[in-house]
Amino acid sequence: MSSVLATTLSLSRWQFATTTLYHFIFVPLTLGLAPLLAIMQTRWYRSRDDKWLRLTRFFGVLFLINFAIGAATGLVQEFQFGMNWSAFSAFVGDVFGSPLAIEGLGAFMLESTFIGLWIFGRNRLSPRVHLATIYMVWLGTWLSAYFIIAANSWMQHPVGYQLNEQTGRVQANDIGEILFQKFSLFAFVHVIFAGLMTGGFLVLGVACWHLLRERNVDLFRSAATLAIVVVLPVSGLQLLVGSEFGVTVTDAQPMKIAATEALWNTEEPAAFSLFQIGGFSQDDQTPSFDIEIPGLLSFLATNSFHGKVVGLNQLQSQYEQQFGPGNYIPDVELVYWSMRVMAYLGTLSFGLAAWGAWLLWRKKLENAKWFQRAAIAGIAFPFLSNFAGWILTESGRQPWVAFGLLKTENAVSPTSSVWSVGLSLGVFMALYAVLGVADFWLMRRYARLDPPEIETDEGEGAPLPAPGY
Amino acid sequence: MSLQIVWFCLIGVLWTGYFLLEGFDFGVGMLLPVLGRSEDDRHTMFESIGPIWDGNEVWLLVAGGATFAAFPVWYATMFSGFYLALLAILVLLIVRVVSFEWRGKAESPGWRALWTWLNTIASFGAPVIWGIALSSLLSGVPIGEDQSFVGDFGDLFTWYTVFAGITVTVLFALHGATFLGIRTSGDLRERAERTAARLAPLAALMGAGFLIWTLVVASDRNDKGIFPGIVVVVAAAVAAVAAVFLTRAKRDGLAFAATAATIALAVMTLFISLYPRVMVSAPNFENSLTIENASSANYTLTVMTIAAGVLLPIVLFYQGWTYHVFRKRLGGGDPAGATSSARSEP
Repeated sequence: MSSVLATTLSLSRWQFATTTLYHFIFVPLTLGLAPLLAIMQTRWYRSRDDKWLRLTRFFGVLFLINFAIGAATGLVQEFQFGMNWSAFSAFVGDVFGSPLAIEGLGAFMLESTFIGLWIFGRNRLSPRVHLATIYMVWLGTWLSAYFIIAANSWMQHPVGYQLNEQTGRVQANDIGEILFQKFSLFAFVHVIFAGLMTGGFLVLGVACWHLLRERNVDLFRSAATLAIVVVLPVSGLQLLVGSEFGVTVTDAQPMKIAATEALWNTEEPAAFSLFQIGGFSQDDQTPSFDIEIPGLLSFLATNSFHGKVVGLNQLQSQYEQQFGPGNYIPDVELVYWSMRVMAYLGTLSFGLAAWGAWLLWRKKLENAKWFQRAAIAGIAFPFLSNFAGWILTESGRQPWVAFGLLKTENAVSPTSSVWSVGLSLGVFMALYAVLGVADFWLMRRYARLDPPEIETDEGEGAPLPAPGY
Repeated sequence: MSLQIVWFCLIGVLWTGYFLLEGFDFGVGMLLPVLGRSEDDRHTMFESIGPIWDGNEVWLLVAGGATFAAFPVWYATMFSGFYLALLAILVLLIVRVVSFEWRGKAESPGWRALWTWLNTIASFGAPVIWGIALSSLLSGVPIGEDQSFVGDFGDLFTWYTVFAGITVTVLFALHGATFLGIRTSGDLRERAERTAARLAPLAALMGAGFLIWTLVVASDRNDKGIFPGIVVVVAAAVAAVAAVFLTRAKRDGLAFAATAATIALAVMTLFISLYPRVMVSAPNFENSLTIENASSANYTLTVMTIAAGVLLPIVLFYQGWTYHVFRKRLGGGDPAGATSSARSEP
């Protein structure tokens, strides 16, 4: 590979990675806040207690601030497959394009149309129909996530296709398998739970910020209670789903799991490394220091404490035979640590949720200043976990873009030049940085306001977040 | 009829939907400095498209996704070939989306003015580039034997494509004005009507020029006869001329229908002129991408046809319902715009 092409490849990868991670700041918030808003508005609809309407509007504004930027950056995602990865797009479009197209027509359209109805329809729709619109938004966001995850899962574990020798491109032959393979189902639940944690811990943290200052205590105690009721089971189950998903990944991509554990040689049973220094490269396969739990990796990867987990060296030679010479080992240190950041923060989140639940049970939530401070910091946990999870998933797939079918280095647009990709990377970074600062500023500002009062003459159909124009 | 033809038509429909709907959003944005004299006016203008612009923009996303699924090679070659043009469009659209949601989120006049101006700039910029990009599918760009783009950014710019870009922008401005004619009331509505009447002759003239030029380019670059394109061109010209008279007569509803028809028929002219190619290659015409050599296999096209057959009517239904919900005129005697409809429950 020429050095020019290598630079273009590297810039394209940086662009895809940064824009995707950035997009995924906003996506999980939408996935998590939409159902929480639906619950809040339903409680208002049932009880006609103004408290829930005020909360719906309060968190509705935070939702909309993020929805805007999430939608805007989503367009970049769809375009850059073609812009930067045209060889990939032409090669897999027959299979990969369908979930994206269905996502647009079946899910994103739903979400985008009904969000307009929800924001502006408060005085033109009956309360019941208006309530239904937020449920449609919820449905749209989750469906949208499903199809995107199905597309991504296909890159991790291609199924339901055949290679057309004549065109040199893959083509679909089983849409059921492409859309509903086990990998997608697990990944979807994992992402939805991540979304609920992101939204739930945001509501909890913001509520605690207000409780800490003893403002609108009654209102925010209710918000915090709702958040805890959601995040406690979800963050607990997420640990199980994550580990079950790990078993599925082990079947589909043993190399990813071996790299995640920096397991150079096959072990039976395999120990789980909690922490280690060194041991991350082919020249340095033995850590100079590590803490291990015997048998745990076997359990995580195979559901049995005695299972066999294949090592990097063995997989490397197996892949060389299968796919020809080359390096098939991903960046071991990166995936090792991203998995641990994800899992440790996930565990910490569960701990925080359990602490909150205990305080709730003892009816001491509004006086627990240290918990409230911890919950404010806890807003960040899911975001960081989400980042780490995607870094693990995507960099653990390398050197493949579509596992076993196409390598990342062969997927890049043959026509793109160093300067055009460099320019776009620079433009996106600058634009996203400015938007990120503005978004954070707006979020912080609106999160600290008192929830809007309900004017008496608005009464029943009362609006959601005031139209923002 | 082969499924390739079905999907070529469907993608034409999706682009038509996008231009028809987002066209007036862009138009309203362009007219902000002209018609938005007071903060109230600007607020009303933003609110006129507030509930619907997001759904409108998804038509673009769907057009992109459908192209990816049905014609992967077209998608790959077009999107990688038009790299810088699409980069500019993405930046403009992102800024525009954010301007909608964030404009009202702070009270300072400076903050509002900033997002208002950014919205206007993006509303001008995006249609110009779309016009250039889509018309260059017909006028031709260099494509190699391996079906990939081998030209550079400059290949998108010819007199024809630049004229197309400007024409699209003028048509959208007119479309936005007729849209405000049916969506607002009072002084703002009258000014929108006057602006529409002033813009219509220019838009009709440029539109007619673009349509005829498209036929010429199609025969010159794409080996097409004058039929059946001329039929659509005549229909489009009739719609454009009707728009001139209807805007002058202040027949708001019909005027909007006329600008909508003009835009839809213009997009149709472009697609008919392209068929059976999807991306013309110049100078090596034989490397052009066609609905045959750029498409997915029959299986995927069948699956996608079923999916579109089920989903598209649903989308049309609920988007139509949305327009119905927001049919009431804004502004004038009802400054808050949304306060008057009575609640049915106590």
